[in-house]
Amino acid sequence: MPALPVPERKMSTLILLTITGLGLGAMYFLIASGLSLIYGLMGVLNFAHGAFLTVGAYGAWFAESKLTAVSVLPRFLLAALVGLAVGAVFAALVELVLIRPLYKRHIEQVLVTVGLALAVSALVVAIWGNDARPFVAPSWLGETTSVAGAHIPNDRWVEIATAVVVLVALNAFLRRTRYGLIIRAGVENRAMVTALGIDVRRAFMLVFAIGGVAAAIAGVLSGVYFGTVDPARGTSLLIFAFIVVVIGGLGSLRGTAVSAVVVGLVQQYANYYASSGLGDLSVVLLLGIVLLARPGGLSAKLA
Amino acid sequence: MTAILSVSDLHVHLGESHILQGVSFDVPDGGVTALLGRNGVGKTTTLRALMGLVDRRGRVELAGESIQAAATYRIVQRGVGYVPEDRDVFAGLTVAENLRLAERDGEPRYELVYELFPELRQRAKQRAGTLSGGQQQMVAIARALLNENRVLLVDEPTKGLAPLLVTEVARVLERVSELTTVLLVEQNLGVVARVARDVVVLDTGRVVHIGPAKELLADTSMVNRMLGVA
Repeated sequence: MPALPVPERKMSTLILLTITGLGLGAMYFLIASGLSLIYGLMGVLNFAHGAFLTVGAYGAWFAESKLTAVSVLPRFLLAALVGLAVGAVFAALVELVLIRPLYKRHIEQVLVTVGLALAVSALVVAIWGNDARPFVAPSWLGETTSVAGAHIPNDRWVEIATAVVVLVALNAFLRRTRYGLIIRAGVENRAMVTALGIDVRRAFMLVFAIGGVAAAIAGVLSGVYFGTVDPARGTSLLIFAFIVVVIGGLGSLRGTAVSAVVVGLVQQYANYYASSGLGDLSVVLLLGIVLLARPGGLSAKLA
Repeated sequence: MTAILSVSDLHVHLGESHILQGVSFDVPDGGVTALLGRNGVGKTTTLRALMGLVDRRGRVELAGESIQAAATYRIVQRGVGYVPEDRDVFAGLTVAENLRLAERDGEPRYELVYELFPELRQRAKQRAGTLSGGQQQMVAIARALLNENRVLLVDEPTKGLAPLLVTEVARVLERVSELTTVLLVEQNLGVVARVARDVVVLDTGRVVHIGPAKELLADTSMVNRMLGVA
C-alpha cells in the first residue's frame, strides 16, 4: 500500500484517534450510565459496578467456550445475551441482598461494594486464573473499514452504535414509562416519591438490573476491543467510569454521555499527540478543571 | 365524633434533639383540624412522623388500624395524602408528569383537580421548576387530591404566598374539607379561622391545648400566650 502524503496521513491519524476515542467513550458510557443512575436515585456509590462488567464478560466468555458446535456469529450473539442476563441477575441480587439492608448507611455501602468487587475479582482468578482469556468474536469485527485513508477497526463502529442504541433506549425508558418517571423523580427527591405512595425499592432493583446489563454490554464489548477477558478489567475501567460520572454530573444520563465522549477523546489524543501514557493523567486533569469550573459537573447546565 | 387519625405518645429524636416528647391527639373524621404553634415546636416533624418520613416511636392509628410500623408508601396507599411544607414538586418533571406520578388507583380525579386549579391544565407541559411559588403549591395540593384519601396532611400551604394567593388556597382548603378530613399546619390565623373546626396547639414538642378553633381564636390572651401572634 503506497504511503499517504503527510497532510493526509495526519488527517487519517486524527480520524483513527477520534473513532477509537469514541469507541472507548462508548464503553465508558455503558459502565458510567448505570453508575450514574444508581447514585442519582439511591445515593449509592457502587464500587462493585466493575464486578458487574467482569461477571457479564466472563458469563459471555464461558457461554461462548461451551457453544463450540455453533458457528461464530450466532455463538457470539448467544454468548453476549447470556453475559447480559448474568450481569442483570447478578446486579439485581446485589441490590436485594447487600444494598437494600444498608440504605442510608453510606459507609457500610462503600465497604460492602468495595469488598464485593475484591471478592468477585478473587473468585474469577481462583476459578479461571489470572491470565487473560481469548474472546472469540466474528472475524469481521477484527477487520478494518477505510475512512478518508484511516483504517478503522470495525469493532469501534459496533461499540459506538451499541452505546448510541443504549442511550436512546435508556432515554426512551426514562421519558416514556412509569418506572422511568419514578426514577427521574427519585433522582430529584426520593422521599417525596415514597410520600406519593410509590414503593421506590422496585425502582432501585430495576436501576441496578439496568446498570448490570449496561455494564455487561461493556464487558462483552471490551472483550471484543481487547480480544480477551481478564479479571482486572472491570476495576480498571471503573476508575474512568467514576471520572466520567463526576464530570458528567451525578444522576444525569445526558451529562454522562457527553462526558464519556470527552474523556475517551482526550485520553486518545493525549496518548498520541503528547506522550504515550499521558492520556490517563490528562483525564484526571480534565476532572480537576471541570470540578473547579463547574462543581456540579457538566449536567449542571445540561440536565 | 369518631377519630380518623389517632396519635398517642409520639416521640421523635433528630440527632441529639428530642423534638416530639409524647405528642397525643385525635383528628376527628371530617373537616379541618389545625395543628398550631410557634416556629420550631415540632408541627412539621409531627406530620413527617405521621407519614413515616422520620424515625418515630409511639402509636398512630388510621381509622382504628395501626400504621406506626408501616412504610411511608404503605401509609399513603391506606389513604393518607401529604402536601409537604416546601411543596417538593419535581422540578425537572412537567406539571402533567408530576400529576401522573401521583396516580394511585384506577380513576385519578383529574376533573376535580382541574376544577380547583384550571391553570394546571394550561401549564401541563411546563416544567414544574419554572412555576411560581403559588403555582407549585397548586401542583403539590393537586397531587394529593388526585386520589381519594381518608385524611390529608397539609403543611403550611400559604407559606411565602402573596395575599391574593393565600385567599385562593383558603378557598381550595374549604372545598377540600368537604371531600376529606384535613390535618393542617398553618401559621396564618386568618386562614385557620376560615377553614378549621378544631385546633391542636404544640409547644416544645408537647400538646398544650386541644379544642374548637373558634374558642381559641376568640381568646387573644390565649392566642398570644400559645402562639405569640396576638
